[in-house]
Amino acid sequence: MRIGILALQGAFIEHKYALDKLGVESFEIRQKRDIEKPFDALIIPGGESTVIGKLLHKLDLFEPIKKMIEDGMPVWGTCAGLILLAKNIVGEDAHLGLMDMTVKRNAYGKQIDSFSQEVVIPEVSENPFPLVFIRAPWIESVGENVNVLCELNGHIVAARQDNMLVTSFHPELTDNTAFTEYFLKMI
Amino acid sequence: MSTSSQFELNKNLAQMLKGGVIMDVTTPEQAKIAEEAGACAVMALERIPADIRAAGGVSRMSDPKMIKGIQEAVSIPVMAKCRIGHFAEARILQAIKIDYIDESEVLSPADDKYHIDKRDFKVPFVCGAKDLGEALRRINEGAAMIRTKGEPGTGDVVQAVRHMRMMMSEIRRIQNMSNDELYEAAKQLQVPFNLVEYVHENGKLPVVNFAAGGVATPADAALMMHLGAEGVFVGSGIFKSGNPAKRASAIVQAVTNYQDDELLAKLSEDLGEAMVGINENEIALLMAERGK
Repeated sequence: MRIGILALQGAFIEHKYALDKLGVESFEIRQKRDIEKPFDALIIPGGESTVIGKLLHKLDLFEPIKKMIEDGMPVWGTCAGLILLAKNIVGEDAHLGLMDMTVKRNAYGKQIDSFSQEVVIPEVSENPFPLVFIRAPWIESVGENVNVLCELNGHIVAARQDNMLVTSFHPELTDNTAFTEYFLKMI
Repeated sequence: MSTSSQFELNKNLAQMLKGGVIMDVTTPEQAKIAEEAGACAVMALERIPADIRAAGGVSRMSDPKMIKGIQEAVSIPVMAKCRIGHFAEARILQAIKIDYIDESEVLSPADDKYHIDKRDFKVPFVCGAKDLGEALRRINEGAAMIRTKGEPGTGDVVQAVRHMRMMMSEIRRIQNMSNDELYEAAKQLQVPFNLVEYVHENGKLPVVNFAAGGVATPADAALMMHLGAEGVFVGSGIFKSGNPAKRASAIVQAVTNYQDDELLAKLSEDLGEAMVGINENEIALLMAERGK
């Protein structure tokens, strides 16, 4: 199994460390030639969605990556990755526009409003899982084909639609690999 | 929330900035150009370092109104500078919910002995460092991100290179020490043992490390990434050049693909005039010597 991690900007190396821990091979995607060899799943990491969105276009990665996901490749977007996958973004144009949901950027406010909290997400694990929110978005609403995995204080923060998994928090910043393992089961 | 988990969250924000370019801006219009070009954060300043240097005199924290204008103009994180040791300026910046405070040698130091006790704050700090000892002292005070000091406003990358090389070579030296040598290393570096132990075990700083000072071209940015920077600050280099939007976008792409020489060649084409720059030996005031 080979996992591609979009490494244009942001916290991509942290995903690699989590996969290393689980003994899963991964590689960085920085330009078009990196996706020529076949691979099994894609992670779009946290970072700044505006930056990653622009670089996807400038490096001619936008269309091939969109097509791969449309063709059913399992994908996991964390934070900025969630924003990039969303069909609608409040007050902004969508990027990949693939997942049937409306997302609000920086929904919790500025860095001073960032927080972490432990929550049980039954579908992922019976043990409490640390949710780390960094200038995080939340999901305002989802289409009927989207399965909500976690809600926090009335806002959706994790969801899945077929081959697409999104979290507005950052499992890769913690030592807990339960969410990464959950994603690997989608492959 | 406990101080330690706040520190974790603040370190985490810096992790989100990695592989990105942070740009100095003085107006909402410049901030928008920077965001449009792909900046992962902007530094709100009344004057860019080249103009601070040219103007001379005492330079202070920017007008909060000007900073707020920039916060409203962009959706990416906004940073602002306070003077070394000036915790009252830092508190003001925290009060306007700035995303990151740069306790910066670019401004005139307010305290020639003590840095700000950054553990007292909820907002994260970035601090400059010329070598490993300085970096670990700032981290011990609570800095959640480190950058080289470079020589701001000169367009000359030599000092940033010197600081980054120094830091990396000291990290490699610590990494190769035997355990019993680490106590002496902590004494020499004037830092707590646990931080030296972290560097020994992990071969890196416990926080994100960016390059800053004198970066003016895509090649400069790529050079700093090769030397071990996790991202780049560009100050005067963008808005003191002929075509800021194009240069900014080229530097952003250069940081992502710093190992692809053909792409760097393409990115370096036709950028218009770079900032003129001042050589290191032509400068009267070495800002990097402020705060140790």
